[in-house]
Amino acid sequence: MKLSREDVLHVARLARLAMTDEEVERFGAQLSAILDHAARVGEVASDDVPPTSHALPLSNVFREDVAGSCLSQDKALSTAPEREQGRFKVPRIIEES
Amino acid sequence: MAEVWQLDAAAIAHAVASGETSAVEVVDAHLARIDALDQEVHAFLTPTPELARVQAAQVDADRVAGKPLGPLAGVPIALKDVLCTDGIRTTAGSKILETYVPPYDATVVSMLKAAGMPIIGKTNQDEFAMGSSTENSAFGPTHNPWDLARVPGGSSGGSAASVAAGMAPVSLGTDTGGSIRQPAALCGVVGVKPTYGRVSRYGLIAFASSLDQIGPFARTVRDAAATLQAIAGRDPMDSTSASEPVPDYVGALERGVDGLRVGVVREGMGEGTEPGVRARVTEAAEKFASMGCTVDEVSLPSFDVALSAYYLIAPAECSSNLARYDGVRYGYRADDPRDVMDMNMRSRAHGFGDEVKRRIMLGTYALSAGYYDAYYGKAQKVRTLVIRDFDEAYSRFDFLVCPTTPTTAFKIGEKADDPLAMYLSDLFTIPSNLAGAAAISMPCGLAEDGLPVGVQVLGPPLSEELLFRAAYALEQSLEPLPAPPVWSAR
Repeated sequence: MKLSREDVLHVARLARLAMTDEEVERFGAQLSAILDHAARVGEVASDDVPPTSHALPLSNVFREDVAGSCLSQDKALSTAPEREQGRFKVPRIIEES
Repeated sequence: MAEVWQLDAAAIAHAVASGETSAVEVVDAHLARIDALDQEVHAFLTPTPELARVQAAQVDADRVAGKPLGPLAGVPIALKDVLCTDGIRTTAGSKILETYVPPYDATVVSMLKAAGMPIIGKTNQDEFAMGSSTENSAFGPTHNPWDLARVPGGSSGGSAASVAAGMAPVSLGTDTGGSIRQPAALCGVVGVKPTYGRVSRYGLIAFASSLDQIGPFARTVRDAAATLQAIAGRDPMDSTSASEPVPDYVGALERGVDGLRVGVVREGMGEGTEPGVRARVTEAAEKFASMGCTVDEVSLPSFDVALSAYYLIAPAECSSNLARYDGVRYGYRADDPRDVMDMNMRSRAHGFGDEVKRRIMLGTYALSAGYYDAYYGKAQKVRTLVIRDFDEAYSRFDFLVCPTTPTTAFKIGEKADDPLAMYLSDLFTIPSNLAGAAAISMPCGLAEDGLPVGVQVLGPPLSEELLFRAAYALEQSLEPLPAPPVWSAR
């Protein structure tokens, strides 16, 4: 199947990726080719086959609810592009009224 | 007399434990080798001489003080740059993490430090482990020690090349769809993809969480077994890590393969596989027969479509995992963002390379409304079919044999513009990841082009002990590979 320019832009926005016109063109063609190949999964997977999401039959791994050591606030913030008053700093999210 | 950097890990550990050489001397010999060769090979993104020397000096002090040393104490190790190292830059091969310095060690890194294994550097890789040639590194490709014009494979290409070139006796990589075994094959070394959950993934920068697994590279099966022994086991920090006890891999090596049933995977031996690769793998299967195994053909019909399923499942998981690179907590942030959306979109557009963007887009599409059932849902069903095929095979065989890759190492640039052609080099490695199973790639000779061929031994989950035994028996029965050309350089 051929992805339209609108499809590519929609997916890019969902994925939070800014794109140039050249990239929209190129990725559109490449993704279409890959999806054609991938569509073969529909030919062999019949309805009676259950899905596998994970190779291990694990569910709900618990531990005792005991506080352990963790990163200090300072260390946790040490990699942030911007910080202020012990917090991650980001552009304004809520408009001033 | 061999140079220190030519020794395998077992010989180094013995020499250090007996005081014949010091751990600091061993580290210095490998650092000198990196200095001399890595301009050409580019296996390393960040050598770590200070850390390695401090660790080595501690090993030497412990020995003098009569403290017990671990079985690999003093053996230097190189780490794929996707494993977090406290205070040492960890890039995952990406511009988005170019200056990222983790505030903690991955569990495997803590275990290596406790084992007295000096960490000599962080190795090059495809960005976020997405690729099969190491050409997707934001910091330039790694070159294959057998032919510098060729790729080392990927995504753990730097870890494979460092071991092949004698810059490290052992290294760690990660394998999500073949990223340890494929470069091991292309560089003529041993590479182990352990069972999913056998090694803790805490501190591993995530790509596809239901598939990712850490494992070793080495020049001998024994060294690979000893290195896996050092990092395997349950970790409370990784809830998917396996709680089964870790067997004595090294102790089991010499038990032989007499009477075992070996299946040769028909789908690996067809027209799509180069004749030189088929010839070496056929010879390997014949060696097993000559050692008392019964050898027969086995068909895994889902092998082919497994590739398609993988290229939906892995991108789907990656699109979710890589959402964390939003310019807020770590990594690159675009200058002067207008608002949060603009910050997210421009930071990611600038920070990620083409292959990572492609896979994020592919995964986002496969998970998006209206397409989930047709793509991701169907891919998960194929995953069930792959597991059923393996179950059926292991009801009749103890382990399987298959080429690791359809071809020997290809030229740098040859497949860089054709993602589908690149993906095909993972055809024979992907099924083990989808099934969460164990597999080892090891060298089995050279093709007519003079490049190494890798053969896989594949087994069910938690079959590492058996696979090491089989690989060791095969290694002992084969002529060792000649040294790669860079071996004699300088």
